[in-house]
Amino acid sequence: MSADGAALGARLRERDLRAAPAALNLLESTTPADREQAAALLREVSPAALGGEAAGHLIGVTGPPGAGKSTLLSALLGAWRGEGRTVAVLAVDPSSRRSGGSLLGDRARIEFDPADRGVLIRSTAAGERLGGLARATGAAAHALAATFDVVVIETVGVGQAETEVADVADTVVVVVQPGGGDVLQFLKAGIMETPDVLVVTKADLGQIATRTAQELGAALRSLGMSETRVLTVSSLPPASGIEELLGALSEQRRAIDLGERRLSARRASALADFTHEHGERGLRALGGRRAAERLLAEQPPALDTATLVAVLERGSDG
Amino acid sequence: MSGDPSPRLPERDRPWMMRTYAGHSTAKASNELYRRNLQKGQTGLSVAFDLPTQTGYDPDDELARGEVGKVGVPISHRGDMAALMEGIPLGEMNTSMTINATAAWLLALYIVAAEDQGVAAHELQGTTQNDIIKEFLARGTYAFPPAPSMRLIADMIAYTVEHVPKWNPINICSYHLQEAGATPVQEIAYAMSNAIAVLDATRERVLAAADGRGEERIEQVFGRISFFVNAGVRFVEEHAKLRAMSILWEELGRERYGVQDPRHLRFRYGVQVNSLGLTEAQPENNVQRIVLEALAVTLGRDARARAIQLPAWNEALGLPRPWDQQWSLRIQQVLAYETDLLEYPDIFAGSKVMDGLVEELLGGARAEMAVVAEHGGAVQAVPYMKGALVDSHRERLRRIESGAQVVVGQNRFSETEDSPLTADAQGGILVVDPALEAEQIEEVRRWRSQRDQAAVDAALESLAEVARAPDGQENLMIPTIAAARAGATTGEWARALREVFGSYRAPTGVGEAAAASPDAELGELREEVSRLQEKLGRRPKILVGKPGLDGHSNGAEQIAVRARDSGMDVVYEGIRMTPAQIAASALQEGVHVIGLSILSGSHRELIPAVIDALHEAGVTAPVVVGGIIPEQDVPLLRSAGVAAVYTPKDFDITHIMRDIVELVSTTENGSGTKPVERTPAAALPPAAGNGASA
Repeated sequence: MSADGAALGARLRERDLRAAPAALNLLESTTPADREQAAALLREVSPAALGGEAAGHLIGVTGPPGAGKSTLLSALLGAWRGEGRTVAVLAVDPSSRRSGGSLLGDRARIEFDPADRGVLIRSTAAGERLGGLARATGAAAHALAATFDVVVIETVGVGQAETEVADVADTVVVVVQPGGGDVLQFLKAGIMETPDVLVVTKADLGQIATRTAQELGAALRSLGMSETRVLTVSSLPPASGIEELLGALSEQRRAIDLGERRLSARRASALADFTHEHGERGLRALGGRRAAERLLAEQPPALDTATLVAVLERGSDG
Repeated sequence: MSGDPSPRLPERDRPWMMRTYAGHSTAKASNELYRRNLQKGQTGLSVAFDLPTQTGYDPDDELARGEVGKVGVPISHRGDMAALMEGIPLGEMNTSMTINATAAWLLALYIVAAEDQGVAAHELQGTTQNDIIKEFLARGTYAFPPAPSMRLIADMIAYTVEHVPKWNPINICSYHLQEAGATPVQEIAYAMSNAIAVLDATRERVLAAADGRGEERIEQVFGRISFFVNAGVRFVEEHAKLRAMSILWEELGRERYGVQDPRHLRFRYGVQVNSLGLTEAQPENNVQRIVLEALAVTLGRDARARAIQLPAWNEALGLPRPWDQQWSLRIQQVLAYETDLLEYPDIFAGSKVMDGLVEELLGGARAEMAVVAEHGGAVQAVPYMKGALVDSHRERLRRIESGAQVVVGQNRFSETEDSPLTADAQGGILVVDPALEAEQIEEVRRWRSQRDQAAVDAALESLAEVARAPDGQENLMIPTIAAARAGATTGEWARALREVFGSYRAPTGVGEAAAASPDAELGELREEVSRLQEKLGRRPKILVGKPGLDGHSNGAEQIAVRARDSGMDVVYEGIRMTPAQIAASALQEGVHVIGLSILSGSHRELIPAVIDALHEAGVTAPVVVGGIIPEQDVPLLRSAGVAAVYTPKDFDITHIMRDIVELVSTTENGSGTKPVERTPAAALPPAAGNGASA
């Protein structure tokens, strides 16, 4: 028996935080009945139903293993909760194994008060989609943005993962540790898209952190990406740089055209979901990737991702 | 023949020190037990502390619930320590304390208790376990992050070398590595790498002292470091392991630390033999296992233990009673006093087989030590070593499951008569009176209300100041002893340091564990999981939780890894979770089933508390429990709403997984939260067998 998607969606729209776990269960499900209910849920939190873009700030946080993402998130969670903002974290685990099973360990590393209903952490396996987000993550992030003040999508890796996050998030934060030279190489080689904010962690190590930040700043300027902010933080007590990071995130959010960014995110997610489901053959039926993009661009801007996927599916059937 | 030298020693050797790892309920009850044990011929004390004391919490802390007085004695302040040692002359006693994260604090309390008896610190003899790296790797009673933990150890060593010179400030433990699944090679390599990390940290501290006697003190420090090892039932190879360790230790002393004095170069070790191999099935067989393991550490004179404590036959069932422990002490006494063991020089001298085994182990250990060094030493290599241990343990379990490794009475020869040993009402184990916890809570509150609060506040403040000082030059032992004298409590001392140092979660090792190569059984299970996934629409998701302070996480880790290998999504957050945390995780993660593991005997309190928290959060997923659960407690857990209970005799983990898959399948069919009627057919691995041990 499927959950009632429309009812869950309405609760999310009314900012009922307790609806979130069941909503996520539904969005992750692949049974036909659940998919139908999930589509109903997403319609309830679409810009059309909300009367505008969801208010929550979608932040993608990515970086290589060991860079200090979880410790940074613990500090950010504390700061956001201190301001009274509610936070959802979607932690995407990259592990994809022969058995298909995954060990989801990230929530263990993020510190928060379990009695605090204003925080939700959900782990998902990236699953079969190589190097990217789980199928449901994009849709889930957009749905939760109607309910939570901040929605964080945490992924591991640099390169592919960060590109997919950029398709979903309003703000992309890349986290590196002092001496993290490979990020510099990725930037120069153009493997990595420009992050909005680059955070160098473990500032308590002193000089090496400052030097890494300077090198990254210089590299970005030489590549003509001077709009990217580079910050150093220390997440362990006594924490430093967290206030500045919060400021930089808000500033960046104010500076972008949210409607434009979200619209292209929904279209990119829809195309990715469709391609994942129907493969190149599905794309050919639509007349190729370009034609699919044109079809999406013709749709009204307030449609949710699931509806856009349905549009593509109808197009490829015809 | 009269010209040949006698194969005997001119004089029979003195026996090793005999101890029993003991302590439970209260300081007073434990004191009575110690005195009785000494009358029975025990020659030293081995103090078992309860988990709140080991992890730095008072009995009235939320995390202490259900754990007070369970696996050891609760000691909160100098009054408790005085009661524990009452009537025992501390100037003559040799006391070993199984204490790590809070070792500095318990040693301070011991020093103050001795002062009260009129005994000066420099007369005290004994050992504090104080090996934090193995706590991160295997045992779980850590309190502070690695760097400040290493500082505490180095401070303690530097302090005792000066002021408590007959004390062994640290016992490098390979014991728990074997319990966590280490092969003999891993046990040697990780213990030696651990010793290097401690010695390097202490060297810095000792050389920094400006009196120019640094080099001389390094000799002394090296000479004060002892080991705490394990011995399994493969007793010939285990003996070779100890010979290999003494060779490596001497080499390390000479080459890395420039130690010259042969007395300081001797490998000194105490031992508790293996609990991992003790079985719940036909538990009387554990007696012969314990005897053979005792031979492993006594047979050859060149690598004989200095001190021995033997586990009790019923450790896989629950907490041993005084009579069970007496039986184990008598094993030692028969070996030392009745047999001719102590009449000969080393009986393996010149044995090709023994020398060959030693060479083989040395080669493997040196290679593995090099890998740890490449990771930057033992502290940095904790995640690597933890992953390697989880892997080894899994291999061991799979050999037992497949029958390649025989465990008599468990996977072979399992037909049995009813055992009269477990026929009494309590199932042949010690049951701690649950009312004691409330009494201890009262008692610590009374203590706090009757002391000079201003003096305690001042002492804790200066402790925090020394901890905070950016140069970290002052020795933490000095304000720690002052706080003990002033009447501070264990929880207060640890909280003051947690506030400065921060808290820490150790790596779980399960993420690092490699994927299993599938056998037929696992392959079948994966197919079942896929079918379930299709039905559910999502991959089956399990939360593996360890509530309470119990740090014995081997069983939980193996369940987590096997669940992953069967194709499930697994949420495992490590040890020391509160019921509220477990409920929040279960709700937010949308799990289909929850597996809880407890080995400390606190299941009667903690499992119902977790189930209440789950209900409150609105989670309807079924709960299964694994651990050292006495038979007579199973109905209580079932009536609290637990769907299935697994104990060490259920050793086939794949079987447990199949049960869990079926449970999820039937639950999702609409039976809701109702427990499913089933016979517990499988369970937590025999790793579960170390709940009551060191």
